[in-house]
Amino acid sequence: MGISLDNISKSYKGFKAIQNISFEVKPGELFGIIGPDGAGKTTLFRILTTLLVADSGTASVAGMDVVKDYIGIRKSVGYMPGKFSLYQDLTVEENLQFFATIFGTTLEENYDLIKDIYEQIEPFKTRRAGKLSGGMKQKLALCCALIHKPKVLFLDEPTTGVDPVSRKEFWDMLKRLQEKEITILVSTPYMDEAALCDRVALMQDGQLLEIDSPKHIVQKYPKAVYEIGAKERHKLIQVLRDFPNLYSVYPFGEFVHYTDKRTDLEIPELENYLKSKGLSEIYIGLTEPTIEDVFMELARK
Amino acid sequence: MKRFIGFVRKEFYHIYRDKRSLFILFGMPIAQILLFGFAITNEINKVEIAILDHAKDATTIEIIHKMASSKYFSINRYLDAESQVEGVFKQGKIKAVINFEKDFGEKLIKEGQSTIQVIADATDPNTANSITNYIQAIIQQYNQSINNNQAGSSQVFMQTHMAFNPEIKSVFMFVPGVMTIILMLVSAMMTSISITREKELGTMEILLVSPLKPFQVVLGKVVPYILLSIINAIIIVLLSIFIFKMPVQGSLILLGLESVLFIITSLSLGILISTIAETQQTAMMISLMGLMLPVILLSGFIFPISSMPLPLQLISNTIPAKWFIIIIKGIMLKGVGIAFIWKETAILIGMTLFFMGVSIYKYKIRLE
Amino acid sequence: MSEENVIKVVELTKKFGAFLAVDAISFEVKAGEIFGFLGANGAGKTTAMKMLIGISKPSSGEASVAGFDVYTQTELIKKNIGYMSQKFALYDDLTVRENITFFGGIYGLSRSTIKEKIKVLVADLKLENIIDQLVGALPLGWKQKLSFSVSLLHDPKIVFLDEPTGGVDPITRRQFWEMIYHAADKGTTIFVTTHYMDEAEYCDRVSIMVNGKIEAMDRPKRLKEQYEASNLNEVFLQLARNSNPE
Repeated sequence: MGISLDNISKSYKGFKAIQNISFEVKPGELFGIIGPDGAGKTTLFRILTTLLVADSGTASVAGMDVVKDYIGIRKSVGYMPGKFSLYQDLTVEENLQFFATIFGTTLEENYDLIKDIYEQIEPFKTRRAGKLSGGMKQKLALCCALIHKPKVLFLDEPTTGVDPVSRKEFWDMLKRLQEKEITILVSTPYMDEAALCDRVALMQDGQLLEIDSPKHIVQKYPKAVYEIGAKERHKLIQVLRDFPNLYSVYPFGEFVHYTDKRTDLEIPELENYLKSKGLSEIYIGLTEPTIEDVFMELARK
Repeated sequence: MKRFIGFVRKEFYHIYRDKRSLFILFGMPIAQILLFGFAITNEINKVEIAILDHAKDATTIEIIHKMASSKYFSINRYLDAESQVEGVFKQGKIKAVINFEKDFGEKLIKEGQSTIQVIADATDPNTANSITNYIQAIIQQYNQSINNNQAGSSQVFMQTHMAFNPEIKSVFMFVPGVMTIILMLVSAMMTSISITREKELGTMEILLVSPLKPFQVVLGKVVPYILLSIINAIIIVLLSIFIFKMPVQGSLILLGLESVLFIITSLSLGILISTIAETQQTAMMISLMGLMLPVILLSGFIFPISSMPLPLQLISNTIPAKWFIIIIKGIMLKGVGIAFIWKETAILIGMTLFFMGVSIYKYKIRLE
Repeated sequence: MSEENVIKVVELTKKFGAFLAVDAISFEVKAGEIFGFLGANGAGKTTAMKMLIGISKPSSGEASVAGFDVYTQTELIKKNIGYMSQKFALYDDLTVRENITFFGGIYGLSRSTIKEKIKVLVADLKLENIIDQLVGALPLGWKQKLSFSVSLLHDPKIVFLDEPTGGVDPITRRQFWEMIYHAADKGTTIFVTTHYMDEAEYCDRVSIMVNGKIEAMDRPKRLKEQYEASNLNEVFLQLARNSNPE
């Protein structure tokens, strides 16, 4: 009842949107597609929700083929498109009722599934959707996608443009839905959200960089990552680029992340080098790699 | 079916809540009819005319007297020869010349008919039209009066000649024209916009990924606009009957059925547009440029088709509005029945089936 | 970093009817500082920024930007600041060169200055191959780097960036931050409004707005220490939780 893709490719007018994508999502899994804008996430979602037909390869959702059995899939999946904004001129309640009716169900029938989420927006049920805050719109959209008790839920960038509090609440809701045995495929451009998924696929330029659990992905990172700080941040990066044993250097929050070609970097050696170049307030420390470090390393290749 | 009704209900919410569009939807036909109506039906009052009387007998004097005593005309002068006509028109004061043929009264008695020629200055086409209509009325009255008094059927015939602008068309043309434009606009533009709006919002993706069948989506979009357009058509007909006293000579039922046919033609065009256009803006542009302009310019609404160059005449045949204008003109003004307009009706039905066929063929069950 | 304050805000307030969108906020930003102005949607950060760039009149309080008063000298403010947001970018149907020439012209740069600027940009950003391409055909990352460069064309004292790096890939995002560091290094003040906390981590100092008030303001490191959080996102969540949402 999960999702499986085998060698899926799709081009638009010569532009390769996605190339040879294969992966499996297990039933009940919360699976994340992580990648920047233009990575091909939306194309992938549209193929799986039967809105596009792939140029080559096969895929199935909940055991049904996305081309042959598209009608079956349309009955049993929930979908929240990327720039989905509901009907702004309908109230919360009217939006929900509309989606319930077109899926041939009622609000009451599957109320247990959306109860948690709906209770948060119920006080505003007579308000027009256009007048809701971003976070509330997301909740309403999720309710609409769940109203027919789908087996598989597709959420295309649900947290884009949403503030941190609503983002956190949204992910909490996904965790609770997972307990109700719904398979969830979610995409996001934010690397920090990868850690919230069971497994993730990292994507860039239409290609898969890596598939694994977030934990394994960072464990596989081959190098020791040093975070380095100095008062003169811009100069620090320039100076590190000139360091003979440099492997990579990237700004990373208030520090820069540095990796060395060798495995036996001596911190004092680097510190002296930086001092000799006139940098002050130098800090060097070992740190854990993040999904972003991995992503950049994979994208470099 | 429950799904479908739910869908239609949602469409009505959209329409009802968009107060501005709703106002335009119903305000526009009223405003247009009133504008065209008052701009065109300026009643004539004491219009200066000239008489060219070749007969000068008792009959012509009686008719001239009738004209002079009406409040519409004032006789400015008497002419002696045709050669003077152009001269008086060029002076601009006199708007029409009434020309009685030689031996007018004698012919009427002996041959049972004689002819008055009305030469109108058609540089002001509306006035020219009104003048001929009023003179026609006076002559008709006269005909009735002589036929009631005498057993024989003698008749004065009127021949009109429009000086300077011979192609002038009927004044009541504007009602069929405005009705056509409004129905076209409401049906084609509004449906195409409402379908493309779903595409822009992203809700079209959800509707596609739902058990609703694509034709249910389209039909659900169309039904509310059929109703609105019918209401609009009724408003226009009522306005023209009660405010402008425009007679509807033919069958109202036939008029209603033909209007519904044209509404469906326009709706299928609207659906066709929405299969091409991705945004509301494009849909609006295509509707305005691709539908409105041809309707105004090429349907015969404003510019007579018979005076167009041949290529444009041929193009005008492809415009549904042209056929609809012929149909409703026939019904409203001439009072004809289906026997006289079945050809035009068949053409409209054919066009509708064609547009629907293409839309269904082009309609996507997916996004590409 | 010099000690001169280029943005000074004292008790700045904006009311919409009875609603206090911005509630007596005060802060200062130094020349060459990268200042993160954070807050949830509707917390008032956009309203506050609009007052600072001279397109919205404050209800009360004082503020000066680049030395000019936000009540009386808005035209001078507009000449001395740059602005870039994800929503407002370059014209897709013009080439890179045409865009630069156009925006240079808006700020009253002479033809020769614009040509000189284009030369420098081509060299710095390695634009040789794309300078005459349509902007619409470029990847998102390029567009963002270019629109940042364009916002710096007239050498403004302060650049306002509105969610500058949302959605771009991690490598391009870092190239972007390097450009920001470079500009700050040369003395340009960078004022970043965002609700993405990982973007905020790159700032020298951040303020966090909740319900119209600035609830916290310090270096990211100190905020994390103070709230015992591993990242700014957690700091933000703690602050937001103390206030009642909606």
